[in-house]
Amino acid sequence: MIFAADGTLWGIVLLSLRVTVTAVAVATVVGLPLGAALAIRRFAGRHVLLVTLNALMGLPPVVVGLVVYLLLSRAGPLGELGLLFTPTAMVIAQAILVTPIIAGLSRQVLEDAWHEYEEQLRSLGATPTAAAATLLWDTRYSLVTVVLAGFGRAAAEVGAVIIVGGNIEGVTRVMTTAISLETSKGDLPLALGLGLILVAVVFLINAAAQVIKTAAVRRYG
Amino acid sequence: MLPLILEDVSFVVGGRAIIDRISCDLAAGPRTVILGPNGSGKSVLMRLCHGLLTPTSGRIVWGGNVDDGRPRAQAMVFQRPVMLRRSALANVTYGLALAGVPRAKRERRAREVLDAVGLMQVAARPARVLSGGEQQKLALARAWALEPEVLFLDEPTANLDPGATREVERIVDEIHASGTKIVMSTHNLGQARRLADEILFMSGGRLADHAPVEQFFAEPSTGEAASFIKGELPWS
Repeated sequence: MIFAADGTLWGIVLLSLRVTVTAVAVATVVGLPLGAALAIRRFAGRHVLLVTLNALMGLPPVVVGLVVYLLLSRAGPLGELGLLFTPTAMVIAQAILVTPIIAGLSRQVLEDAWHEYEEQLRSLGATPTAAAATLLWDTRYSLVTVVLAGFGRAAAEVGAVIIVGGNIEGVTRVMTTAISLETSKGDLPLALGLGLILVAVVFLINAAAQVIKTAAVRRYG
Repeated sequence: MLPLILEDVSFVVGGRAIIDRISCDLAAGPRTVILGPNGSGKSVLMRLCHGLLTPTSGRIVWGGNVDDGRPRAQAMVFQRPVMLRRSALANVTYGLALAGVPRAKRERRAREVLDAVGLMQVAARPARVLSGGEQQKLALARAWALEPEVLFLDEPTANLDPGATREVERIVDEIHASGTKIVMSTHNLGQARRLADEILFMSGGRLADHAPVEQFFAEPSTGEAASFIKGELPWS
């Protein structure tokens, strides 16, 4: 089935990757600086923010989907943009889902590094911004794992994208929503085939990252 | 900028005085060694002087001006050097970049100091895979590159073997000869004799003696100092 796959199937796979990679990229650009700021700066309300962030890491995808749906629906505050049932809406939903994960996990990694680096960097006169940039660069291999955790979460979720995307064939149908649909229609071989591809993609990306990380740690210590 | 003047400086944490009302002047020139047993407050005193910690009472004055922001012309080398995940050379240019040295001048200056500490052949290697002795020499180079007026060293040889210790002591002497004031802590009597011009002897967070090195070892002014020199450790 997979080997005889037609254009439709590969269209679904490619759209899945496009949506998830874009969402994770957005979440990384927002989440890493947020994680660094929480690791380094001490300010009033930081503790509340940390608890909130940790709670948001477990956000149910369907709830995110529902909120984004309400925002983007015709009557919603952002309805005029006409984004509902487009891949962009799916990117928005997944980015909201993944940003707390990347921010929360990177905060932990960066705070551990900060404990080691703080005196040295302050002694050299690093401003908080310079220190954050240094920490992000020096923990880059651990942060790859953090970003991958976010990728895994986004690639595997179905609840948010099915609500804001609508699972429209050829427009917003991705692997997870297609699996859900085919299963309910009883086309188990197709559902299973898509499931295998999904698992393979996640597996390959994680394996590649692990190889890179191991080699880097061996080389740079 | 020097002298560095401590006026009745205390550092109290949870009701316990880690540093207990210390007053002293550190003048330009002589190599000052802060001597004392573990837990006597040497490291905390240096961090206060360097500006990493703020006194809970008393004040620290640089060159007659009240402490209004830490002067830039000082550097510190820690007991355990923190190396960034980049090459040895890049670790030195990193410090120069933070100090505002123009990009064009950083690498030349970095190579000069790496050469001076004998690390030229490992300049391109990742700093974290260097040996402990090499990492400490790299930390010295990183500090020296900044041409600080004062260099603080917190037990820089505590984790090193005798060979690396000699190397570090040689480099400290060279940094001093290049015009930098040295303030170094140690609990090692031999090292204090070798490197010090004057001794600050710490005991239980207090400054128990402050004297030129010959005088300190010949006629210590307190019983604690005398016991420490004789190798008795009434604290342990």
